Amino acid sequence: MIKKEMIAMLLAGGQGSRLGVLTSKVAKPAVSFGGKYRIIDFPLSNCINSGVDTVGVLTQYQPLRLNTHIGIGIPWDLDRNIGGVTVLPPYEKSVNSEWYTGTANAIYQNIDYMDTFHPEYILILSGDHIYKMDYEVMLNFHKENDAAVTIAAMPVPKEEAKRFGIVITDEDKRINDFEEKPENPRSNLASMGIYIFSWKVLREALLAKAHQANLDFGKHIIPYCFEKGERLFAYEYNGYWKDVGTLSSYWEANMELINIVPEFNLYEEYWKIYTKSEALPPQYISSDSEVERSIIGEGASIYGKVYNSIIGCGVVIGKNSIVRDSIIMNETQIGEGCRLDKAIVAENVEIANGVEVGVGEEAPNETDPSIYNSGLATIGEHSYIPEKIKIGKNTVVFGKTIEKDYHNQMLASGKSLIKVGEK
Amino acid sequence: MKAIGIILAGGNSHRMRELSQKRAIAAMPIAGSYRSIDFSLSNMTNSHIQRVAVFTQYNARSLNEHLSSSKWWDFGRKQGGLYVFTPTVTLKNSSWYRGTADAIYQNISFLRSSHEPYVVIASGDGIYKMDYNKVLEYHVQKKADITVVCKEMPSQMDIERFGTLKMNEDCRIEEFEEKPVVARSNTVSCGIYVIRRRQLIELIEKCAEEGRFDFVSDILIRYRSLRRIYGYKIKEYWSNIATVEDYFRTNKDFLKPEIRDYFFHQYPDVYSKVDDLPPAKYNVGVSVKNSLISSGCIINGTVEDSIVFKKVFIGNNCYIKNSIILNDVYIGDNTHIENCIVESRDTIRANSYHRGEDGVKIVLEKNERYIV
Repeated sequence: MIKKEMIAMLLAGGQGSRLGVLTSKVAKPAVSFGGKYRIIDFPLSNCINSGVDTVGVLTQYQPLRLNTHIGIGIPWDLDRNIGGVTVLPPYEKSVNSEWYTGTANAIYQNIDYMDTFHPEYILILSGDHIYKMDYEVMLNFHKENDAAVTIAAMPVPKEEAKRFGIVITDEDKRINDFEEKPENPRSNLASMGIYIFSWKVLREALLAKAHQANLDFGKHIIPYCFEKGERLFAYEYNGYWKDVGTLSSYWEANMELINIVPEFNLYEEYWKIYTKSEALPPQYISSDSEVERSIIGEGASIYGKVYNSIIGCGVVIGKNSIVRDSIIMNETQIGEGCRLDKAIVAENVEIANGVEVGVGEEAPNETDPSIYNSGLATIGEHSYIPEKIKIGKNTVVFGKTIEKDYHNQMLASGKSLIKVGEK
Repeated sequence: MKAIGIILAGGNSHRMRELSQKRAIAAMPIAGSYRSIDFSLSNMTNSHIQRVAVFTQYNARSLNEHLSSSKWWDFGRKQGGLYVFTPTVTLKNSSWYRGTADAIYQNISFLRSSHEPYVVIASGDGIYKMDYNKVLEYHVQKKADITVVCKEMPSQMDIERFGTLKMNEDCRIEEFEEKPVVARSNTVSCGIYVIRRRQLIELIEKCAEEGRFDFVSDILIRYRSLRRIYGYKIKEYWSNIATVEDYFRTNKDFLKPEIRDYFFHQYPDVYSKVDDLPPAKYNVGVSVKNSLISSGCIINGTVEDSIVFKKVFIGNNCYIKNSIILNDVYIGDNTHIENCIVESRDTIRANSYHRGEDGVKIVLEKNERYIV
């Protein structure tokens, strides 16, 4: 008989629309982070480092990159005879075939998968946070309290608490109330979207609420368990945890890695973060280049100047180009004599010679000011920027652009240039 | 598949000086992120040779660690795989490998139990890319008994440390000398051979009966007029790293754009064990010029014309020039290193000064490292 004490279910199907063009072709968990990683590497590495060797990854939105990245789980040591990593996309059933309509609905549709392992506990994770956490410690907390549900929660400043789901606990950390994005929060413990359920309780709740539209953990399953009088506990977590759901928080989280001893340290021997290495060769720094306060991935070739930046694997930065405060993802080629300031350039972009990005005064973005802000210029994957184009701040460019797409070789601050539907 | 592979990786040389204390030559780190044997292994897998034996003998700890999983070279297959043969005591035999032919003889069952008609023999200390199928095609076309891959070397190289050979216009080898006192030809053997498997078994067994142990002198040289031995000349990059000077030069070759392009960017790739290290990090006050930097490094000082291997820490105000810093070295602040090879896992105290005066200096400090 197959038996696993705890298995993880990793929700990786969301688009993450607040990351704008970065997620136009890939699901958010597959977005690059920190030079060589992808966001999903963090929860996957946490799983294996915590001794959780069975992980179901629920995919739905643009899963190709994610599937290729995960493969059979070799980089995380999740290639197991029993368990390991399994990618779980929505599938057709004999009756009522449907997409995953909510976080808990996705789990509900995979009850059979979880049943095979006869688990005691289910760990629910999401693929959009950067953190290191030992889920085994959380499980011990769950067991000690004889809990039905344990919710990982972290203290946040009062003024920020209104952005989160807040849990209110007694002194034993038992939850006695919830507030969703409250105006006047009664506690500062914010839910991190990480749950441990006793399998019996979760299974019962999923079946009871099966017909709820858009079945969601925060909105339906947790309240259902709470109202039933199950024992719900908050597991307080005080380490580094970063939501990278917006372009500005994504940019900041990357930049924090540059600090001499960053709060989130990738260089610790203990608790390694694993990823699928796409390049092996060392990076080459040429005679005319300057590199300072930066992180550079394998196989990159730097002929220009790089300051305060995160450079991905296989990136080429041409002669006399200056890259500052930017994130350049894997395999992007930057020509000669370019200047990039506060730019986020996605994978496989080609920037021709003499292009300037991040010039001029700030102006709010005209199409999506809530996405493209903070003075960042964002360029989507596989884009092409022709020679000597200038691109302003709070801008977005996506697609194979030609000179005619620009006005006087310029894309002013606040403008969006998205050419979709072209290959 | 038409061939199986054998990689001879047991060797060592006093000409590697202190570098050989730690490991067999085949395990020498090379080009920042690789080990020497990766090149032959990758060539095997890229030539679709699926069943490969690696013969190790001299200090194989490092090598075994590197080969601990065959998956990086895609050998973890049901058909074939990677076999590591270290000398063992058996009922009939209790000696070390007394030579390359003896190594093969002691593991002759590997040859017997295969069904592929040919064997490709390579060494673990060559840095090159090669499609062995091309050699195999040539071998068949020439109806050769043995084909020896060879390369014309520039005359300033110390050719005397290689096997040199002379061929007739049909490329049949007429003269073959191992480590000649004075070389009469600047065509050297690359230590890569193609031979029919049954032929090899027969020759190796005869060798063993006569108490001979070396593949080159007891088979190639001894049989050169009896058997059809052909040379296959290559023009591509090939370098043997078995002396300190050649090792240093080969590493520095990777600072040339055309060599980097050939090995790193052109098909097919060279594979190596993946170490799961974070990207390299450059702090304030860094100056790096014309250098290769590998993953896991943290750089604080100045690095020029050097190869820095994985997981190296270079302290503030250091000056590293024309040097090779091997894996996992910690270099304390204000240190000057010039024309040196710093041995792996070493800890260099702050304010040290090392300079190779005439030639390359090997730095071995063997200090304790205290990790906070």
